[in-house]
Amino acid sequence: MTAAAPDVAGSSAAFVRLTGVTKRFGAPTPALDAIDGTIAGGRITGLVGPDGAGKTTLIRLMTGLMLPDAGTVEVLGYDTRTDPASIQAAIGYMPQRFGLYEDLSVQENLDLYADLRGLPKNERTATFDELLEFTDLKRFTTRLAGKLSGGMKQKLGLACALLRKPRLLLLDEPGVGVDPISRRDLWKMVENLTAEGIGVVWSTAYLEEAEACDHVFLLNHGNLLFAGAPQEMTSRVAERVFRVSGIEGRRREKLARLLDDEGVVDGVIQGEAIRLVMKAGLEPPSLDSNGAATAWRTDTTPPRFEDAFVDMLGGGPGGRSRLAETQRTFAAEESKAVIEARGLTKRFGDFTAADNITFDIPRGQIFGLLGPNGAGKSTTFKMLCGLLKPTAGEGRVAGFDLRRDAAEARNRLGYMAQKFSLYGDLSVIQNLNFFAGVYGLSGAKRRERIELMTQIFDFRSIQGMSAKDLPLGLKQRLALACAVLHEPEVLFLDEPTSGVDPITRREFWTHINGLVERGVTVLVTTHFMDEAEYCDRISLIYRGRSIALGSPDEMKARVANKDLPDPTMEDAFIALVQSSEAEQAA
Amino acid sequence: MWWTRLKALIIKELLAVLRDPKGRAILIGPPIIQLLVFSYAATLEVKNVDLMVLDRDTGHWSQELVQRVGGSPTFRTITGANSPAEVRRAIDKQRVLAALEIGPTFSRDIEAGRPAEVQVILDGRRSNASQIVSGYLTQIVGTLASETPAGKRAASDVIRVEARNWFNPNLTYQWFMVPNLVASIALLIGLVVTALSVARERELGTFDQLIVSPLRTHEILIGKLIPPMLIGLFHITIYILAAVFIFGVPLRGSLFLLYGSAVFYLASVVGLGLFISALSMTQQQAILGAFLFMVPAMLLSGFATPIENMPSWLQPITLVNPLRYFLVIVKGVFLKDIPLAEVVHQTLPLCLIAIVTLSAAAWLFRSKLE
Repeated sequence: MTAAAPDVAGSSAAFVRLTGVTKRFGAPTPALDAIDGTIAGGRITGLVGPDGAGKTTLIRLMTGLMLPDAGTVEVLGYDTRTDPASIQAAIGYMPQRFGLYEDLSVQENLDLYADLRGLPKNERTATFDELLEFTDLKRFTTRLAGKLSGGMKQKLGLACALLRKPRLLLLDEPGVGVDPISRRDLWKMVENLTAEGIGVVWSTAYLEEAEACDHVFLLNHGNLLFAGAPQEMTSRVAERVFRVSGIEGRRREKLARLLDDEGVVDGVIQGEAIRLVMKAGLEPPSLDSNGAATAWRTDTTPPRFEDAFVDMLGGGPGGRSRLAETQRTFAAEESKAVIEARGLTKRFGDFTAADNITFDIPRGQIFGLLGPNGAGKSTTFKMLCGLLKPTAGEGRVAGFDLRRDAAEARNRLGYMAQKFSLYGDLSVIQNLNFFAGVYGLSGAKRRERIELMTQIFDFRSIQGMSAKDLPLGLKQRLALACAVLHEPEVLFLDEPTSGVDPITRREFWTHINGLVERGVTVLVTTHFMDEAEYCDRISLIYRGRSIALGSPDEMKARVANKDLPDPTMEDAFIALVQSSEAEQAA
Repeated sequence: MWWTRLKALIIKELLAVLRDPKGRAILIGPPIIQLLVFSYAATLEVKNVDLMVLDRDTGHWSQELVQRVGGSPTFRTITGANSPAEVRRAIDKQRVLAALEIGPTFSRDIEAGRPAEVQVILDGRRSNASQIVSGYLTQIVGTLASETPAGKRAASDVIRVEARNWFNPNLTYQWFMVPNLVASIALLIGLVVTALSVARERELGTFDQLIVSPLRTHEILIGKLIPPMLIGLFHITIYILAAVFIFGVPLRGSLFLLYGSAVFYLASVVGLGLFISALSMTQQQAILGAFLFMVPAMLLSGFATPIENMPSWLQPITLVNPLRYFLVIVKGVFLKDIPLAEVVHQTLPLCLIAIVTLSAAAWLFRSKLE
């Protein structure tokens, strides 16, 4: 098949031309504010930014399904206002949750989309063959789409979008809910398409995906912060990123101090080390607080997209957590584990969602359950906090089995769920009051804690707003405030920062790090490979099993070889999954 | 401690309903619509009937009969017909509901003291209305018959029936309907608000949040139970006020008894709502489930049709319907001064149903968490 592009002069011409594109949805701040730019064919253009940045809106504007309030969107030479039908005939669009019919089989889905897109009958066999080959779905043509894994669903979605080979392919967050291996497969497929001259737009909230794109549009709160090659973006912090290793003692406390240093733009925990971004021309502070020389080693390290993003936003927040400072301390009196999982197993019918998962978490540590969606990490998490009854095995938190023991035991834990399960119709202050009441705070104590949260998280001006109308970052803060109102000694965090912008994420982790320093024990689930590095230890969960357990550095060390001397967490994950599969096969 | 938790949950539940525009709409819209539709539109009375008359006599008595029929408020129009074929067509096309055919010797037969004949043709497709119209016509003819010479002569021998309607002397339709609505609105609101509350939390993921909190299962249940009951009591109050001040229904019994049994009635309804809501995963399912229960519950309650009229195999099913018992109490309190013993007699089954539905809901909740 060849990409026909008769009316666009040359393949390097702009496939999409955005001029002053603005879109509002009632809110005072526009969803997209005067975006200019061009998207070329034959390469992958990343539309990068946190949730609510305007990625989906921009893609929908390009499809002509929505019209801009101001400015023009020109796609393949057609204006979306005057000729949306011609655009829609020439593009492929894969929305965030691809419209697959879950009760139809893979083949039936393909047939349906072939009918909808008017693919001539005589071309079908060849096209289906090619696409099934391409997406490696040939073995599954009779399987119901609803029974496919996240990665396979996305591949099928892609196949449906490619039925009539488009000249421009718009992919809205194709990497969400997909395990890293399938994500890489998907990426390779899309790269192959660009070789044929097809223009691809790939939107993502994962900043590491941005680095692989040919061209990037970085969006934040509806503003275009940057457009250009990702290398150009990362070069702004070149030579300013350092890895501080060989830290003695508690690295989180050191990080907190470093973050308050004048010259530090950004800093995060990276396994046993600390990653720092410094102001131009400044070296990381090399002395300990008492002035004694230490064994710290600082090396420059290649910058990442996220480093540059935070730098562009003016740096991360300071290292002080007032939340942690006002929290009582849980003494690390004994080495006994605070959270224990012993052979936790959960079966739903003949499907094993979690298989014999064992770990323990000592006081004052962060433990991460890392894995793609659907791998079983949420199941494990839910069994531990008492939401699901294990089929076998047992979980204990602070010595209690949360399914059996008294409600008072649950008073010791704080829980923050994915998507911040707040009460959207209740105002900020009503949410705080509710959670305070449910955790048994009353009278002066309740007023004092709520007042404190209001100060720390700056809720004063928004306390009457309904929680559902808050911007994502504030929702996240409110969810954290509600989870820690009662000073829990154990925190359960389910995908706490997925989709939020890096500044909010840092602020969040500063609080968590501070709490951990006070002896709070944290169990966190995440599918962000980067975030896993903030943990002391992690368990890699894949297809219901824990395939590796250890510190992030240990995992990376296990897979390092001479081809890949400094693997990322994602490299480690993929290598460990592959070796575990090889073991299984053997 | 437990009270702090429970209070927080109850306040939250009320706020969640009242602050949500859709929630507010549910509290205001259906009650008003129900009140208007049932008390004005869904009337069981037969009025505005179109009648055709085929008068083949045109004597004194036949004219007298036609005039009396015309004087009755039941009939809207009376059309004359010239042939049986015309009558057939008119009924067939549903232009008239009934036709009165007066035989050619009607007046003569009456004068001569012989039995005179009148035929009434009714549209059996509209069986209920036809039956009532037939009754009206028979009554008019009967009155006329008693005034004929033969009738007058026999008057001393026949039995005179004198009907008196107790409790509702004028058989005012609204006196019957509005008290019924007090019970049915509580059913509607109680079911829908409860069914939605858990399903909404499940959809948004906040239900997990409740379960990991120190709230115990029974506290969650009580916290989910009380707000819809309060809302139900509010609607009952509004409807009672409307009944008395807008529709002029007499309130002859004790409000204390009414509210006392309403608590048990609402508890059983809310228990059902919780049960439905524990079964459903989404708000849509919950609403569907609520209506799936509500329509048969209304029909099998004695609301519109007497339970005694139902086939004997169906009647036992009505025993588990809380609406059935509460209807007796509401009508009793409004139209007659229902005695305490009878209220207790009807409230006991409500109490039993409440215990069963609430424990079933509690059990289902627990098992769903497994």
